[in-house]
Amino acid sequence: MSALLEVDAVSKSFPMGGLLSREQIEAVVDIDVTLLQDRPEIFTIVGESGSGKTTLARLILGLETPTRGEIRHLGQPVGAGRFGAQRHAFMSAVQPVFQNPFEAFNPLKRVDRYLASTARAFRSLTRRAEIEAAMDAALVDVGLSLEEIRGRYPHELSGGQLQRAAIARALVCEARILIADEPVSMVDASLRMAIVNLLRRLRDDKGVTVIYITHDLATAYYISDRIMIMQKGRVVETGPARRVLNAPQHPYSRLLKASVLSAADAGQGNLAPAQDLFEASQEALEVARDSRMIDLGEGHSVRRAG
Amino acid sequence: MTGPILTVEGLKAYYQICQFGQHLEVRAVDDISLQIERGEVYGIAGESSSGKTSLIKVLAAATRPPLRVVGGSARYDFGGKGIDPTTASEAEIRAIRWRHLSYIMQGSMSVLNPVRRIERTFRDFAQRPLGLSGAAYRDRIEEHLDHLRLPKSVLRAYPHELSGGMRQRVTIGLATVCRPDFMIADEPTTALDVVVQKDVLSLLRTVQQDMGASIIFVTHDMSVHANMADRIGIIYAGRLVEEGPTRTLFTRSRHPYTAHLVASLPVIGDTRPRPALEGRPPSLANPPRGCRFHPRCPLAIERCAREVPPLEAVGQRHRSACWRAEDVRPLLIPGETGQTAMVQA
Repeated sequence: MSALLEVDAVSKSFPMGGLLSREQIEAVVDIDVTLLQDRPEIFTIVGESGSGKTTLARLILGLETPTRGEIRHLGQPVGAGRFGAQRHAFMSAVQPVFQNPFEAFNPLKRVDRYLASTARAFRSLTRRAEIEAAMDAALVDVGLSLEEIRGRYPHELSGGQLQRAAIARALVCEARILIADEPVSMVDASLRMAIVNLLRRLRDDKGVTVIYITHDLATAYYISDRIMIMQKGRVVETGPARRVLNAPQHPYSRLLKASVLSAADAGQGNLAPAQDLFEASQEALEVARDSRMIDLGEGHSVRRAG
Repeated sequence: MTGPILTVEGLKAYYQICQFGQHLEVRAVDDISLQIERGEVYGIAGESSSGKTSLIKVLAAATRPPLRVVGGSARYDFGGKGIDPTTASEAEIRAIRWRHLSYIMQGSMSVLNPVRRIERTFRDFAQRPLGLSGAAYRDRIEEHLDHLRLPKSVLRAYPHELSGGMRQRVTIGLATVCRPDFMIADEPTTALDVVVQKDVLSLLRTVQQDMGASIIFVTHDMSVHANMADRIGIIYAGRLVEEGPTRTLFTRSRHPYTAHLVASLPVIGDTRPRPALEGRPPSLANPPRGCRFHPRCPLAIERCAREVPPLEAVGQRHRSACWRAEDVRPLLIPGETGQTAMVQA
């Protein structure tokens, strides 16, 4: 089985402070991820703000260069500043979906124009009929149609429709990997499941691998195959999503799970904070420098001190 | 002091725009009646552009054109001091603001003045309504921060020096320092991370219980409502479609929209497929005839497209606006593995 995407011991640090300051902030530390070509999956990255999940997404997209380590797509290194045919092929295979569709689309540009220009640039289609067929096929895959979108500006669509159009835009260029950074956090509750179910269907029917970045453990449990939990740039626990979330081992993972508001005991108002878990996860963070990942079997591993 | 603290009757607030000789009317709040008891947390759930923000603008006496109150009334009862936010004068509103009625907004960064220390912001908000000065005022503020488990050092900080959760706790501090009777919280935790969100909610709930204040709590996140609210009102396209005690709404909903909202919540430990609601929220400038939910409703019958269902009692303190309220069943039964479909028309 060959690798679709390999993240190999990648670290990224940003300089902090003034021009002459030597302080560095470690956004992402020693991340290893391998996604296989013939096993499409939903790989979820969970963490709070500041955990480095968005930096990791930008590294994978080639928008940032790793300080250490390497990211390879089909064996070829992904690098910012790499132009020409190779970059073009990479861009058509790995596509982003952003958090807020109203910010991702230019409000003065019609939504169908985005799809058309993507089809022209990445599929080398020139005839109008071909372009429209490609657009329509992608829109049908996300539960829309060209008729609904044609001539519409972003403000004329609901948040859910626009987010689906954003996913369709990524599908027009026949992307193999979607990097979805908090794709549902700005979408209304009634439309949220439509997007989440769509990601699941894309994996099952179209064989698209989705890197799903979120802080919502409940949707993560619902759709993911594998999960990776990050705390301040470091992976603290990774493995099969159900296994990890049913019995999280690391204190930070347990804290995240305990903080999920459950509707099961609606009306009881259970808001007591898990203070002991909070302290345990702070302690784990302090010794993170001298810790390593311990394999627990079945692909489940957890960070332990020592 | 008995009786509800807020009584809203048949409230209608429309955005009226007259442009190029064309009259446009957006019915953001359409005939809403509700009552909020003393010491109660009343949750308002609804999607964006359902009119929930317009409703609280009216209740906060922040109605500005083009939003106009075109009918109905709202009445606060602050221990004998009654006031109608839709008709009160600016001076009357100023007399109750912060002292009796306060707000917690979504973006803490836009509430706190970025170029002033928290101390100054507290003085701007609280000094006049509290009517204290010098050491007495300072003691009061410090005692209050202590109560909120906030270090005194936040007073010397600028907003950007604080984390998002800390800032939101400061805004809760601002809203509660005058011990108001009634608070309006508009999505106060939407932008926060899960761990911080729970912390802020638990703080808000504790402060509310200590003061015995009432809160209108607006968010579209049903899992927040489940843990925060005593009662929930569901707003769809400018109308209140269902209202009842939190537990009842989650377990025995009598409106298909609520049933859908509850069923679509993912739960850790449950991988059953969650249904998604098709279609899009209706435009409030041109809402559908009859029940506004009928184009997306799996239970819709021919009558739904003709007649608007009234909000009627379907149980104890439980009201629903649906012609087929009796036929609504939970979409997913907790603990059961199979999916139970709604009764089809």
